[in-house]
Amino acid sequence: MTDQTLGTRRTEAGGGAAEAGRQPVPFRAGGFISKPRRWASWLAFACIIAAWELAGQTGLISPVYLPKPSDVIGAFVYLFETGNIWRHLSDSGFRLLIGWSLGTVCGLVLGFAIGIWSIARAVGVPVVSALFPIPKIALLPLLILWFGIGEGSKVATIAFGVFFPTVIATFSGVDGVPRNLIRMAQSFNVPGHRIIWKVVLPGTLPSILAGFRITTSIALILLVAAEMIGARYGIGAFILAAGNLYQTDQLLAGVVMLSILGLVFAQGIAWLERRLLAWR
Amino acid sequence: MDLVIEGVSHQYGTLDVLDDIRLTVGEGEIVSLIGPSGCGKSTLLSIMGGILKPSAGGVFVDGAMPAQSLNPFTYVFQDFALLPWASVEDNVALVLEHHRLSAEERRARVDDVLARTSLTDFRHAYPRQLSGGMRQRVGIARALVVSPAILLMDEPLSALDAQTRELLMEDFLALWLRERMTAVWVTHNLSEALRLADRVVVLSRRPGRIREEVSVAMPQAERGTPEAQVELARLHDQLWGLIKEEAQVAEREVQHD
Repeated sequence: MTDQTLGTRRTEAGGGAAEAGRQPVPFRAGGFISKPRRWASWLAFACIIAAWELAGQTGLISPVYLPKPSDVIGAFVYLFETGNIWRHLSDSGFRLLIGWSLGTVCGLVLGFAIGIWSIARAVGVPVVSALFPIPKIALLPLLILWFGIGEGSKVATIAFGVFFPTVIATFSGVDGVPRNLIRMAQSFNVPGHRIIWKVVLPGTLPSILAGFRITTSIALILLVAAEMIGARYGIGAFILAAGNLYQTDQLLAGVVMLSILGLVFAQGIAWLERRLLAWR
Repeated sequence: MDLVIEGVSHQYGTLDVLDDIRLTVGEGEIVSLIGPSGCGKSTLLSIMGGILKPSAGGVFVDGAMPAQSLNPFTYVFQDFALLPWASVEDNVALVLEHHRLSAEERRARVDDVLARTSLTDFRHAYPRQLSGGMRQRVGIARALVVSPAILLMDEPLSALDAQTRELLMEDFLALWLRERMTAVWVTHNLSEALRLADRVVVLSRRPGRIREEVSVAMPQAERGTPEAQVELARLHDQLWGLIKEEAQVAEREVQHD
């Protein structure tokens, strides 16, 4: 019965083709693949800004609740004119640079130690697991007690926040290096330190750089929190002062500064990935 | 330099993998290890190369290491084991970097081995840019650059398609006829074993024991001729007869695990 049905189908298909002449096989595999559409992103961005500006201009939204984009630009112009923007940026940049670098270097050292030595793993993993989930902002009062209200506590907050994710990204990266590559190097009598340098380190880099994406964002969050206590200059201090005075245009200018900093870090890491991970 | 395996047994936990292996690989000889899946062929090779400690017994070398050899035992891996972040040239040079060689000597060794394995034009390519066959050539070049006394090959052609396997086998034969290195070749492919080996060592199913050693008394250069095919077919049948039943039992064991 099946054969008969198939036979009938074949005949119908054959008959159809004969009636319609030669037809191209229709293409049916379109869609379901994302393609880059840069113009759409820019257009959407421009539309949102335009709608926001329009809502402000027409009085639909009160400028106290949400200042117009033109007001935010005005606040930026003022910041440039007074030169204060450089003071805020340089103070924040200094805290970020020192805090992030300190947390990253210490995190890399402990991460590699955990990844490579069993004793360091047995000691380090439980400690890191216990301390990692603590919101570092909760430690800020304690850090102020330890390091003072000046730069020390701000840098330490950022360093603490950066340290734990770096440790985890690093030792996970070491764990992810294929063991057959290490055995290969050992079979050629390559010494241990060269195996770490030539096999383990490059194999861990993708994970370390992925960790950088997370730690730069964490550093920015903690920077703002730390600068809200006992700082005269810095983006966090600037945002807090603007908020206290209901200068929402200035407050948003500070937020835009943070967003631009975040984008600059992301671009920097993307550049590093292109340079260091070209082999992928 | 001979390689002597004396009473090697090995367990993974409570699982007996190898049982009292005794074998000598003579200088310039190619020995092929065959046996059913899971019989411990690759484990035995790892023990021979000193990257796995046997539970019992030992592996010894008898005689002096050749003067020009930098590394007595070198591996060719089934999965190539290439550093994906290093170029062909750097993958090969990796195994020379810790040896006391001048930069010129190192360069000369790399150039020579890349030429011998037809990789000179690909020296700057990354592994991901190469086909499976070319990647394995890099694995072979890396093994040869240290002038090994004994080449240990763990199913070097298994990850390749049939045509590439055939091409690489021909290259191996040409290379071996030129340089006559001592080699241990682990494979599950009987034809491969018969084309290359002077001696085929048949292992039993787990725990692997030496079931039989079959000599192939025919020069490798003559094994491609039509006259040789009758004898090779006879040896193929003999080997298949030795492992067929064990392979069937081993296959059922693997499925039950």
